[in-house]
Amino acid sequence: MSLYYVQKLMYQLNRDPSVRKRFEAERAALLADYELTAEEHTAVLEGDVGLLYVMGVNGQILMHYAALLGQPWDVYINAMREGVRKHGPVRAGLYSMLKDRHPPSGTTKGRR
Amino acid sequence: MSLVFAGVCSHAPGITGRAARADARVRDAFYAKLDEMRLRLEAAKPDAVIIVAAEHFANFFMNNMPAYCIGMGDHYEGPIEDEQWLGIRHHRVPGNAALSRRIIEGVLPNIDVAYAEEWKFDHGIAVPLHFLTPRYDLPVIPVNVNCQGPPLTPLTRAYEFGRALRRACDAQPERIALVGTGGISHWPATPDSGTINEAWDRQFLERFLANKRDELVAYTDEETLRDAGQGGFEIRTFLTVAGATEGSTGELLFYAPIPIFAVGCTVAQMAVR
Repeated sequence: MSLYYVQKLMYQLNRDPSVRKRFEAERAALLADYELTAEEHTAVLEGDVGLLYVMGVNGQILMHYAALLGQPWDVYINAMREGVRKHGPVRAGLYSMLKDRHPPSGTTKGRR
Repeated sequence: MSLVFAGVCSHAPGITGRAARADARVRDAFYAKLDEMRLRLEAAKPDAVIIVAAEHFANFFMNNMPAYCIGMGDHYEGPIEDEQWLGIRHHRVPGNAALSRRIIEGVLPNIDVAYAEEWKFDHGIAVPLHFLTPRYDLPVIPVNVNCQGPPLTPLTRAYEFGRALRRACDAQPERIALVGTGGISHWPATPDSGTINEAWDRQFLERFLANKRDELVAYTDEETLRDAGQGGFEIRTFLTVAGATEGSTGELLFYAPIPIFAVGCTVAQMAVR
């Protein structure tokens, strides 16, 4: 699993307009610069936010990436929920520690 | 001169980006207190404002992640986010490289801080500036405490960093303001976005406003992750402000959970003595 590199690609996409231009103009060549697994490669090509979340991409990187893709807020949040439903708990990274730790009772939940 | 102002506020991107979806009454009360913080900051007549933020992979990544970093540029830019998504226009923001350098040199005897001569702001700094320096005419010195990519700096060190910043500020002729920004409990950028542990937040704020150092540094990251979400790691920015105002207490101007903003929205000022 090359979680590091898929996150690096998104980090650079989020902050660097020249990388964004390559993402639009020559996506396959850009992705070839990163050591991505086949699953990561497909998830990035398809903008599969749910699967990327389950793979363990840090949410702060993924949130900016979803915005870059033009996903409305609710679509983005629901994509992560659907990703967990479809692919199971987060596999790696910070959020894999959260899978058995749902927010404690007494917390406020509302329109996200 | 020295440190002339210290405060904390929330920075969540929803505060500006999803403003239209919040309960208008609570949102406007929050905005009003942010504006009161602006007036108080302006009344302190600072020459520069240090923003202690918990940035979100706009500048720092796991290829070279500093625990602490201070900006040392004459200008910065941001936000990196889409302007419409965040609800904030892109700006070039003034800095003060010479003052940054003196502060960095003042901190280094106590904390091995990194420095950066270029820095792109994300919402972590852009949202506070939008409310606190809306004309972008006050030099900003960005500071980052890594709160996103573990392993993270211990809370004891975040407090000590604040002490070091204070000593460095007090050695300068300029009047310097300090603003810490972060969430308290929240689960941002996850399927649990919008969850807020108000009881935990209020206990933390009580400790923070009373500047109870030993109670502030007592949280373990495991407890914080369980009770306050991964966003709770950003309490480090509050601890840095507490360290910089050690011996002083604070005033809570505003606290209310606003789920669509994904955080318990907070505005507070610490006395500077």
